[in-house]
Amino acid sequence: MNTNLIGLEWKQFFRSAAWQKSIGIKILMGFLALYFILIFVGLGVGGFYILKEQLPDQDPFVIINNFMFYWIIANIAIRFALQKLPVMNAKPFLILDIKKTKIAHYLLLRSTTSIFNILPIFFMIPYCVVLLIEGYQASVVISWFMFMLMTTLILSFSNFINEIKTSDKDLSFLPTLIVLATFMGLNNFGIVDFNSLLGYAISVLTGSSIYLIVPLILLSLSYYILFNSLKGKMTLDDAFKKEVKEVNASEMKWTSKFGDLAPFIQLDLKLIWRNKRPKSTLFILVIGFAYGLIFYTNDTYMVDMKPMLVFVGIFITGIFMINFGQFIPAWDGAYYKMLMSQNFKYHQYLEAKLRLMTMSVVISFILSTPYVYFGWHILWLHLAAMLYNIGVNSLVILFFGSFNKKKIELDKKAAFNYQGTGAAQWLSSIPLMLAPILLFYIPYKFISFNAGILTLAILGIIGIVLNKIILKAIVKRYKASKYKMIAGFSQIG
Amino acid sequence: MLQINNLTKVYQDATVLKIDELNIKAGTSLGLVGNNGAGKTTLFNLILDLIPPTTGHIINQDIQVNKSEQWKNFTGSFIDESFLIEYLTPEEYFCFVGELRGMTRVNVSEFLKPFSEIFNGEILGKKKYLRDLSKGNQKKVGIIAALMGEPKMVILDEPFANLDPSTQIKLKKVLKGYTQNNNMTLLISSHDLGHVTDVCDRIIVLEKGELIKDILTSSETLNELEHHFTS
Repeated sequence: MNTNLIGLEWKQFFRSAAWQKSIGIKILMGFLALYFILIFVGLGVGGFYILKEQLPDQDPFVIINNFMFYWIIANIAIRFALQKLPVMNAKPFLILDIKKTKIAHYLLLRSTTSIFNILPIFFMIPYCVVLLIEGYQASVVISWFMFMLMTTLILSFSNFINEIKTSDKDLSFLPTLIVLATFMGLNNFGIVDFNSLLGYAISVLTGSSIYLIVPLILLSLSYYILFNSLKGKMTLDDAFKKEVKEVNASEMKWTSKFGDLAPFIQLDLKLIWRNKRPKSTLFILVIGFAYGLIFYTNDTYMVDMKPMLVFVGIFITGIFMINFGQFIPAWDGAYYKMLMSQNFKYHQYLEAKLRLMTMSVVISFILSTPYVYFGWHILWLHLAAMLYNIGVNSLVILFFGSFNKKKIELDKKAAFNYQGTGAAQWLSSIPLMLAPILLFYIPYKFISFNAGILTLAILGIIGIVLNKIILKAIVKRYKASKYKMIAGFSQIG
Repeated sequence: MLQINNLTKVYQDATVLKIDELNIKAGTSLGLVGNNGAGKTTLFNLILDLIPPTTGHIINQDIQVNKSEQWKNFTGSFIDESFLIEYLTPEEYFCFVGELRGMTRVNVSEFLKPFSEIFNGEILGKKKYLRDLSKGNQKKVGIIAALMGEPKMVILDEPFANLDPSTQIKLKKVLKGYTQNNNMTLLISSHDLGHVTDVCDRIIVLEKGELIKDILTSSETLNELEHHFTS
């Protein structure tokens, strides 16, 4: 039976449209995995000796055990953010002759092969070998290994329990965040020394193999709880019925000043606010703002590599524009046919997108004004970058958008989601980011910093003035690829 | 109202549609019947310029559909769920389509009033997104939205499928009313021969992309069609 299920899994993986389309991305992910594996193996082999050299008067084994508190905290945090219960499309199985318990067991079994459980083993095995070579008692080493293995699985199962219990609630991350922060706080401010407490506990538990019964009981318990809540969820009502939230509709009257563009701007705002994937571009905005703190506090960039500051300026004022704009019109892919048979002109549609991007750039600029703290020239730079983004980059993004042929599934999460990403996105980042740096660099090199900024600003203003004409040309491109887009957007996956 | 000349659509080597000539007078309600793969949806997609024709052209009230976008002013359509914007509420969707068709919010609510019977209290004011409505209710929204802004031409693909019996009956009444009172041209496809003969005054049968029957509806029509599809 299990082999049957595994066979299905295999087919699902290899026959999915995503696999067939983007082998490049799979290879990229493969390299990433390899990279992490190498790091973990390296730590496993070298960690012991590095600690011994740095702190010769302490036992590296004890230090690493004392470090386990952080390891567990990081584990919980990372798993909570990234690891999701592997959901098989169980619906067709419900009416077949398979026991629900079997499906639940299978799902749990499968979840243990997650990368988050495999990676630690790449550290644990070489580390244990080193311990044996260095003359630690074999029984202790084996107990330690078993202890860690079980802890990993306990963390894995508890993460899923947590996910099942909290996932349908808003702000589901808050309890976990608060608990983790409390533990970290208690530990770091020296109120409770979890580091050595846990280290001590581990050395006791691994002292005799009898004590392994403690993690074993915890592991069985977590498996049992998870198994039961999964089994209970396997009815059409629970697992597969979407939760219906009550809508909070606002009329957005303020958009009416955009005249005949208003319906589209309203639609875009709703699109962003009501769907998971576009909504998360808003959070990227926050990350983008933090970029300035990295670069502007660093003298390497502030003094020696000023052209890099242009990159930061373009990024800060344009991050939302780029993240949103690069998937125009793929955001509307799901109902593109409908839009194309409605009574409006392509021009209106694209102009609305352009206005929205412009608004976002202006807002980003205003929000970024506190960076004036790092000098007036930063403010001027942001202003120039804003003009350049509005005048030039917005049109560049729209132009590259006409190559989009994959629709975006709006309700999928955004982190590590490459769906809809194609050559157009990679290609467009070159003119978007590199061109302004180059355009700045030439006058900066031969005249001055201000001349560079001025060049960008003037180019931006020229773009704004010529906006209408260029937009017309872009509209032509969109019209020319209309059929291809419709065909592409109606494909699944 | 609608003229089709030498229209063909070819994918690779397969000809999926081939219509030499078809003229539809204004105010006609035309039913399209045919088995799966007969080319009904392809024809609709061509009329809505969602796919390019391989040869020939379609003229929708003096406008060649793949040359100008003017036909969108007076053409309403609902082909499938991809015509719905799933993250809007029904009200917002009606307003969106209405605004594109030059209606104000007041116009829109006036327009919706007569349909309250069809909506059956399950659609308006429920504070639900379209994606959370049942298939049948989604379809109602799409069909009613296609009637907004006094279109002269309305295209509906399988309007009766997925609807409950009482809605089917109400919808038939609405469609008949629109063609008779507003001189609207209606194009529908259906697998239900009874519904088509009820609603349409002209019926064409497609088979493997070709037009093989063109009937003005009479009391004999249903029998004739049933006979055609059983033999």
